[in-house]
Amino acid sequence: MRKSKTEKAKQQGHGVLVASPFLLPSLIGLMVFSLIPLIISGFISLTDWNGLDQLMQPGFFQDHFIGLGNYKTILTTPEFWRTLGNTAEYIVLYIPLMLAASLLVASLLSRPRKAIGMFRIVYYIPVLTSWVAASLIWKSVLAPQYGALNGILEIFGIEGPGWLLDEKWAMPAIVLVSVWKDMGFFGLILLSGIIGINRTYYEAADIDGANGRIKFTRITLPLLTPSIFYVVIVAMINSFQLFPQIMIMTGGGPNGATQVMVERIYQYGFRYFRMGYAAAFSWILFAIIMVFTAIQMKGQKRWVHYDD
Amino acid sequence: MKKTRLFSLIAMTLAVLMVFTACGSAATTQTTATGSKSTGSVETAAVNEDTSSAEPVTITYCNFNSSGGNEETLAKMVAAFEEEHPNIKVEVETIGYDDYFTQMQTRVAGGTAPDCYELNIENFAAYANKGILAEITGVDVSGLNETALGAFNVDGKQYGLPESFSNVVLIYNKDLFDQAGVAYPTNDWTQDDLQAAAEKIRALGDDIFGIWQPITYNEFFKVVAQYGGALLNEDKTEFTINSPENLAAATALVDRVLVSNVQPNAVQQGGMGDWDMFMSGRLGMIPTGIWAFQTFTDGCDFEWDIVVEPGSTQKATHFFSNCVVMSPETKHPTEVATWLAWLASSTTAADIRLEAGWDLPALKDLNALSSYLDITPPDNREAVFESLDYLVMPPVIEDYALMSDIISQKLAAAADGTISVQEALDQAQAECEAQITLD
Repeated sequence: MRKSKTEKAKQQGHGVLVASPFLLPSLIGLMVFSLIPLIISGFISLTDWNGLDQLMQPGFFQDHFIGLGNYKTILTTPEFWRTLGNTAEYIVLYIPLMLAASLLVASLLSRPRKAIGMFRIVYYIPVLTSWVAASLIWKSVLAPQYGALNGILEIFGIEGPGWLLDEKWAMPAIVLVSVWKDMGFFGLILLSGIIGINRTYYEAADIDGANGRIKFTRITLPLLTPSIFYVVIVAMINSFQLFPQIMIMTGGGPNGATQVMVERIYQYGFRYFRMGYAAAFSWILFAIIMVFTAIQMKGQKRWVHYDD
Repeated sequence: MKKTRLFSLIAMTLAVLMVFTACGSAATTQTTATGSKSTGSVETAAVNEDTSSAEPVTITYCNFNSSGGNEETLAKMVAAFEEEHPNIKVEVETIGYDDYFTQMQTRVAGGTAPDCYELNIENFAAYANKGILAEITGVDVSGLNETALGAFNVDGKQYGLPESFSNVVLIYNKDLFDQAGVAYPTNDWTQDDLQAAAEKIRALGDDIFGIWQPITYNEFFKVVAQYGGALLNEDKTEFTINSPENLAAATALVDRVLVSNVQPNAVQQGGMGDWDMFMSGRLGMIPTGIWAFQTFTDGCDFEWDIVVEPGSTQKATHFFSNCVVMSPETKHPTEVATWLAWLASSTTAADIRLEAGWDLPALKDLNALSSYLDITPPDNREAVFESLDYLVMPPVIEDYALMSDIISQKLAAAADGTISVQEALDQAQAECEAQITLD
């Protein structure tokens, strides 16, 4: 008994030894590109580093240390709260719309029909498109006077808004484009969730005479909640990190209506040469994302059903 | 059995490490020719130092401006330079504009800056004020345009040499002027003449506009100079954004959109680019860069020409210049300065530049550029050089990008009527004062 245990431990130790060279590349990658920069950025956020002075010079940290000054400034500027508000507007519009669109895509693509493989590819294409290309095309689609979208609206007698040029409509327009781009990805996750649901539930429901709507709301949705939960968490984190589409389509405009946190971090770090401030900004963003993810993790007990 | 396992383990670890070193050297820089063969780099460096007196000195030069079409032009310049200076070798590294400045920032901060590199005016301002550039001395720069040279001189120290220039002229659609029965613009025109002509052209049709001039910081600092104003006081210790002269300038710009509507608002513009509007024959005039010439030559099916931009109380014209700078950490300051001065001011470099139709060298003696004048359209190409008599440079301050963003944002709000012009300038003044510390 005892012998076999030590043998097992030995084997396990051996396993680590064998595994380590295989793990090493990703471990080193994680250290060099994530973990170490993370720690360094924590120190930078406590300084007034301009992003150009050499960090490694002796005495640098002492000379430039300003304590929590950056954090204090950020939290007291109206700009921070405005960008947070803009991010909140995006999330409130984006998450429900994206969820509805992805659910629709997933349920459409889950039914066996002709050429379903092709449709699955078609819905996934926007996901593979680069944000730069997609943003540029949407920019022209959303152009007020000559854009395709307002042209279509005009057929129905609706005068379309200025979209990206209109303070009220710029964020909804960004949401629209983001939903278009992301629904294929999240749809795919939900699709695999739907396919994974045990067929016997539906067969039982059929025998009991349930219609399609009831099957969807009573079987599909509850059993899909783990996938939906995952989708919501990922979408929420992505929303806080909203950046490329904003950078290309509006640049934060019009009149600051689409300024969001990552856009500010980029501007402060690389254009205004206030790297310490930018680092503090990103730590605040990190804290916000942590808090929201924790809340969701706690809240999941109330609505997520695991089918086991 | 055990031995083979151990051996394969070591082999694997080595293989993994090799992958990493290879990645590392390839990613950081392509400049050191010996660097990519990982193990040999240390020895080779030592050898280089020993023989430096006999062997040519190698310097590294980073740039963005040749990317996307002029890499070979620059290579030609380097070849010509190396022929004249056999003791200096120039290793060129070209990085696309989009990545260039974040890359340079990382390298400078990491202590691995190249010996010399290129900067645009915006970044030059930030770099020069942070003491990370070396003064360029001991070379003859008398051939360079003085205003351009002055823009890269901070507190009497020449931190950068203007390597190329572009400027802005007023480009106009001759056909629309004919249709509206207005005489073509001349170099003596003022903003009033421009406004009158713009109104007559606007009357030609709903979709035809007199002028398009961006209402942004980049235009504004020039237009305020035309009205005798400035964004900062003379010794750059205070902002003067909401001065009466600046208010007059901003009001003139904004009124063209909101009052006389000779300039389209965002909705009328409908997401169309300004150059596209001009090329589609819907704009009478557009003050824009001389880099538009080729595009307009290819894209306009009407006659167009250029004049020096009209002023108001005085004339003021744009001047864009990229400069070349030297890292204080270079081991070969003399050689670097020689290369930079040659690149900026030698006639050989100027000829190669012009022949390739790249941008213009910032030379004082414009005879070197005479071949440039022979190309038409525009017929009045002399206006490009005449404009140089009135050029203004943007104020070089450390927080240049922040200042320009604040002003642009407030002007945009004024141009779409959200706030008044007075409010826009007052707010810009207040925000600049709050966020930017001037020395």
